[in-house]
Amino acid sequence: MKALDVSQTVLKAESQGLNFFYGQAQALHGLSLPVYDRCVTALIGPSGCGKTTYLRCFNRMHDLYPGNRYEGEVILYPDRVNIVGPEVDPIEVRMRIGMVFQKPNPFPKSIYENVAYGMRIRGVSSKADLDMVVERALQEAALWGEVKDRLQASAMNLSGGQQQRLCIARALATSPELLLFDEPTSALDPTATSRIEELVTELKQKVAIVIVTHNMQQAARVSDHTAFMYEGRLVEFNRTEKMFTNPSVKLTEDYVTGRFG
Amino acid sequence: MRLKNGIAKYIKSTALQRRIMRRKGLDRFFAFEGLFVMGVALLVLFALVGQLAADGAGRLSWQFLTSFPSRFPAQAGILTAWIGTLLVMLVTALAAVPLGIGAAIYLEEYAAKSWLTEVIEINIANLAGVPSIVYGLMALGLLVYELHLGQSFLTAGLTLGMLILPMVIIATREAIRAVPPAVREAAYALGATKWQTVRDHVLPYSMGGILTGMILALSRAVGETAPLITVGALSFIAFLPHPPWQGEFPFVSFEWLFDPFTVMPIQMFNWVSRPQEEFHVNAAAAGLILLAMSLAMNAAAIVIRARFRKRIHW
Repeated sequence: MKALDVSQTVLKAESQGLNFFYGQAQALHGLSLPVYDRCVTALIGPSGCGKTTYLRCFNRMHDLYPGNRYEGEVILYPDRVNIVGPEVDPIEVRMRIGMVFQKPNPFPKSIYENVAYGMRIRGVSSKADLDMVVERALQEAALWGEVKDRLQASAMNLSGGQQQRLCIARALATSPELLLFDEPTSALDPTATSRIEELVTELKQKVAIVIVTHNMQQAARVSDHTAFMYEGRLVEFNRTEKMFTNPSVKLTEDYVTGRFG
Repeated sequence: MRLKNGIAKYIKSTALQRRIMRRKGLDRFFAFEGLFVMGVALLVLFALVGQLAADGAGRLSWQFLTSFPSRFPAQAGILTAWIGTLLVMLVTALAAVPLGIGAAIYLEEYAAKSWLTEVIEINIANLAGVPSIVYGLMALGLLVYELHLGQSFLTAGLTLGMLILPMVIIATREAIRAVPPAVREAAYALGATKWQTVRDHVLPYSMGGILTGMILALSRAVGETAPLITVGALSFIAFLPHPPWQGEFPFVSFEWLFDPFTVMPIQMFNWVSRPQEEFHVNAAAAGLILLAMSLAMNAAAIVIRARFRKRIHW
């Protein structure tokens, strides 16, 4: 099922010559990379190589902090809008692209309010509509069964793995076109990790996914395409099987075989 | 194997035991020292309160709370003083709290970091340390002489409002900063605007800290004397201010804002400066009431903090 025929894949987003600067320091150097719809794209590479920095360009998270600057383009399809263009409102970008963070970060509110929040800020206030969205999102995040009887309980009482699935439900509630995962399992135990991985595989039926991971087995298990980054540059982008069995660049081979990183 | 034996030998060695004993001794020394210092502080506090209670407790009565000041110590009371304190605090809170929270939100969430905001930040910290009498002089010049607000509740409340404004700003900023950036990012990542993030997350999660700061600032203001004397507090008022309500529409009245005022510390100051011993007893009794007011405010701060802490834990 992983072997999607290339002819069927549709571009969801594409970065073209993307440079990114933290103040004077250039963190990304001319990154060009496609993200295919209904596929999982994994970003791998040693710490500090710019995976997370790159991921956070997709929803303009860098705009929250002063002194950051983008150059180049990240095109979102089908409407071909350049999401890092200065004329594009970051809020509009974030309304279309969801994100799940490294550490589970639920709001200290009820489970229900966590999931409903995205719709609330979009002006949805009808109880029936919100109920429907909350149930759907929790179902999609495979959390509904565990929390349906305590939707009003605080999200902070959930376990780490449940909190992370709640954060996924929260992101799914607004039906994003593209979902970003920033090392979503690095704070979780192996059981919770495998549940999240299953979830990612299921979710790609509906939405394009970009996932940053430190764990090469994880990249191999969940992704269709893998990009290997090193020192802010793209070293190799390929289908995941190819990347892990027969990489075309020596540096990639050294990394995926654990010779460094 | 040799290494293992070596470690075992080392652990049994008396040299190591001696070293541990020395460190534990130092530990105990600091524990005792802390206890001693705390004891001294508490003793001084109890002595002060005890003295006040010994002098004034006998004078506490319903009559004392419900009487106007008088030339005769036995008939004198603190009715105008405690009502004045409540009303001045009301004006102070209404002036300083919204302004202070607004300024703190702006500085923390909206203001771009520039030399101008740096200067503003440094000066807010400086303002919190300015002696209160200086605020009194400024208020006299600005509120009484320039704006002609009179020697009134409004002037008194605004004066104390200016005095605690920097404290309110600093407390609010501290509370806002305690909200983890990850929660803010979560809201922004869902497409929230800055204001939605502040309204739905930053403010509710920091409300416990903000309210605590407000109440502590107000309990500082409740004891202020010097700036109020400067703006013209009366020490002898034998009538109550206009009531803040009225019979006909719109049922609230703001006439009291322009009435002459007095407050508890002013009343105490006045009584203490009289030669008669009986008035000094009155001052001690009023001091007890003021202390109770201030303690009640601190207790409220603790309760509020505990309630908000229980609701929100990271």
